[in-house]
Amino acid sequence: MPETTSRWSTLASKPLVWPVLALVALLVVNLVATPSFLSLRMQDGHLYGNLIDILRNGAPVLLVAVGMTLVIATRGIDLSVGAVAAIAGAVACVYIAGAEGQGSAPTAIVACSLALGVCVLLGLWNGFLVSVLGIQPIIATLVLMTAGRGLAMLVTDGQITTVNNDTFAGLGVGFVATLPVAILVALAVFALTGLVTRRTALGMLIESVGINPEASRLAGVRARTISWTVYVFAAVCAGLAGLMIAGNTSAADANNAGLWIELDAILAVVIGGTSLAGGRFSLTGTLVGAMLIQTLATTIPNIGIPAQSNYLFKAVVVIVVCLVQSPKARAAFRVRRAGGSPLTAKAGTA
Amino acid sequence: MTQMDVQPTAEQDEPARGLPGAGEPGVPPIVEMHDIHIAFGGVPALSGVHLRLFPGEVHALIGENGAGKSTMIKALTGVYSIDAGTIEVAGAEQTFSSPAASQAAGISTVYQEINLCTNLTVAENMMLGREPRRFGGINGRAMNHGARKTLDRLGLQIDPASQLGEHPIAVQQLVAIARAVDVDCKVLILDEPTSSLDADEVAKLFEVVRTLREQGVAIVFVSHFLDQIFEISDRMTVLRNGVLVGERITRDVTELELVQMMIGRDLEALERIDREVAASDAKESATPVLKAVHLGRKGSLEAVDLDVFEGEVIGVAGLLGSGRTELARLLFGADTADTGELHVRTKKHRFRSPRHAIDSKIAFSSENRRAEGVIEDLTVADNMLLALQATRGWLRPIPPATRNRLVTQYLEALDIRPANPNAVMRTLSGGNQQKVLLARWLITEPELLILDEPTRGIDIGAKTAIQALVAELARKGLAVVFISAELEEVLRLSDRLVVMRDRRKIEERPNHDVSVSDVLEIIAGEARQEETTDA
Repeated sequence: MPETTSRWSTLASKPLVWPVLALVALLVVNLVATPSFLSLRMQDGHLYGNLIDILRNGAPVLLVAVGMTLVIATRGIDLSVGAVAAIAGAVACVYIAGAEGQGSAPTAIVACSLALGVCVLLGLWNGFLVSVLGIQPIIATLVLMTAGRGLAMLVTDGQITTVNNDTFAGLGVGFVATLPVAILVALAVFALTGLVTRRTALGMLIESVGINPEASRLAGVRARTISWTVYVFAAVCAGLAGLMIAGNTSAADANNAGLWIELDAILAVVIGGTSLAGGRFSLTGTLVGAMLIQTLATTIPNIGIPAQSNYLFKAVVVIVVCLVQSPKARAAFRVRRAGGSPLTAKAGTA
Repeated sequence: MTQMDVQPTAEQDEPARGLPGAGEPGVPPIVEMHDIHIAFGGVPALSGVHLRLFPGEVHALIGENGAGKSTMIKALTGVYSIDAGTIEVAGAEQTFSSPAASQAAGISTVYQEINLCTNLTVAENMMLGREPRRFGGINGRAMNHGARKTLDRLGLQIDPASQLGEHPIAVQQLVAIARAVDVDCKVLILDEPTSSLDADEVAKLFEVVRTLREQGVAIVFVSHFLDQIFEISDRMTVLRNGVLVGERITRDVTELELVQMMIGRDLEALERIDREVAASDAKESATPVLKAVHLGRKGSLEAVDLDVFEGEVIGVAGLLGSGRTELARLLFGADTADTGELHVRTKKHRFRSPRHAIDSKIAFSSENRRAEGVIEDLTVADNMLLALQATRGWLRPIPPATRNRLVTQYLEALDIRPANPNAVMRTLSGGNQQKVLLARWLITEPELLILDEPTRGIDIGAKTAIQALVAELARKGLAVVFISAELEEVLRLSDRLVVMRDRRKIEERPNHDVSVSDVLEIIAGEARQEETTDA
């Protein structure tokens, strides 16, 4: 049956349309429930409001998701980011707690550098397992996902380590130029990653490795180095997120910091239209995905549904967004609506 | 041993059965596939193919890649449904809607890749899905007993209770066969059963095959190894490009005839072909661009010596599995050689990865365009520039101006359509994809270009264009190693000819007045020598 290609259907096939629509829809729902939802107010030179909260609370997920996007683009996945975040927080807090000038800015800077240094090592470990030993990424990173929490516990001695350092706390709760530091850091990493991947050849090489590793290798691409690098990058992103989370509460909680953040990050990437099969990736999509997840988490209590059902709604949104993004699902839907028979596929067309 | 009495063809009154030279054994066929047609998306894969299998015979199904062997097997085993034609098993017409239906009719298959569970025992693997039960559980003793009986029937000394994974691949292959014949099996299909076995293991496998033949099983044997086909088969069916070439009694066929049947064209027609390129005087400069000394790799290529000079096209001929691709991959470092040396110009090199070869100005276009060539989801421009970009490293992107100049230049020079640098690679036709890949390598300005089947599966226009390009590049001083299954093409382009067979180089000579039949003689002649030395 001939299908007239309307402007709508071309628009509908654009990958980012649906997540953006979902995001807008969620904001509208909130606006109906709370008419003042979108209002921003200035207080002591700081910007406050629901939108700012969403951005700030979503900053760690966005950071982790940016790293995850590149990993997924190489056909990989990194389940260990939550544990890495916990380790980063633990290392930084334990250092600060033990340092002489506990409250000084240099202490915080050394602590953060140390924590990120540890994250580089953890990323090297993941990358080694995946690209040198050839272990499946999901298994390789599962190692650190489970062992990493234990490592963080070792670092903190099993205690929740609290610190008193304004510079460090500033990562989570501070403001610079009216905006929360967390938002600025996350957006800076996002922009820098976009710049580096799209202004240099890195993005293209990552995609080429993700789409066809063997063809890339035969074309002279150092596929192994590239996949190793993205795991290090993902770990550093996770570390930054971990520092943010720890700064937010001025404490390192080895058990709960960054818990399940890997799943939110993977979700954000998938909602953003980057396929888990690797290849073409969209950092903008990841940004929209991360914001969608965070907005959803804000929406649920805002419209009077108990926060415990958040997970259920998240699941529904994910399924719906993924379905409408899939060309196959859309085609099947169109066919059914047009009253035709479902696609008659010949079995095993080789 | 022969079980077939060649009778003067007492043909039944079926008009389409005009199969020359095929004798009729005294029994009716157990399987008769008649006038089979299968097409995928409008492209015919099989057109009117016949296949008869008689009880107690080994029937070789022969053809080059893409000839339709696998499609034929999958039609018989119910994996594909046929568009037209009939399949009769033991005289009754069958329509197999699934592999299970085909199995129920007594047709079993052992595929090239063994799909058994290495962590289960031999008996468990053999009885998987039909385990003897007792009190709601599996009866282990009965299972081992049953497995033992089948193994004994095949003359195999394998402990049914041992773990499958402990055994070498060859034994696992035998267990797979034992599993296949365990049920009431009338037809056994062996798809490339010997591709990963050494000579002793092949002998053991053939023993089992012979045992089964004596027990009246019809065996379909698919292999690229000609000597094995002649050793084990009683009858053969040859396919080419989805069309039946013929059914023959094996002992009435010479190797030369078989090679001709597989590749096509009869001898006289082949001899009339003129070479277009007069053998240009190879500029035998003192040092070759690339010199391979005893280059080899265990299990894939016996040690080969080869010199490639500037401005010279070396044509590599040989059947599939002869080692022609393996040679190319070793020269490029796609696989690492474990014996021998490579010299680029005067320097000795060891290629541990393609990257090393590329840095030494060597380029290689794989025969497997989809799996090892194109990056389907990237644009034409990105695909063209990938190799150059890889050598520059990610930090130094190709400047937009250079990028546009190179891409436009090669889109034009190679007449790539659509001439749109932003078209996604997967939307291009095979011929145009191949041209983009050629452009990818030419952009790196190589000194040696290795082309493995650059014209396979592309239309005639693109094919001639690529041939002309290769000739022109060589004239300008590029060294080319040109591999193709099409002998005409190899002979037309090459200055020097290398012939491969059974994973070794059997002949190297200047391409002066060499005809296709000469090459066929070389390929087949080698086998005849072997036969006489073996005897």
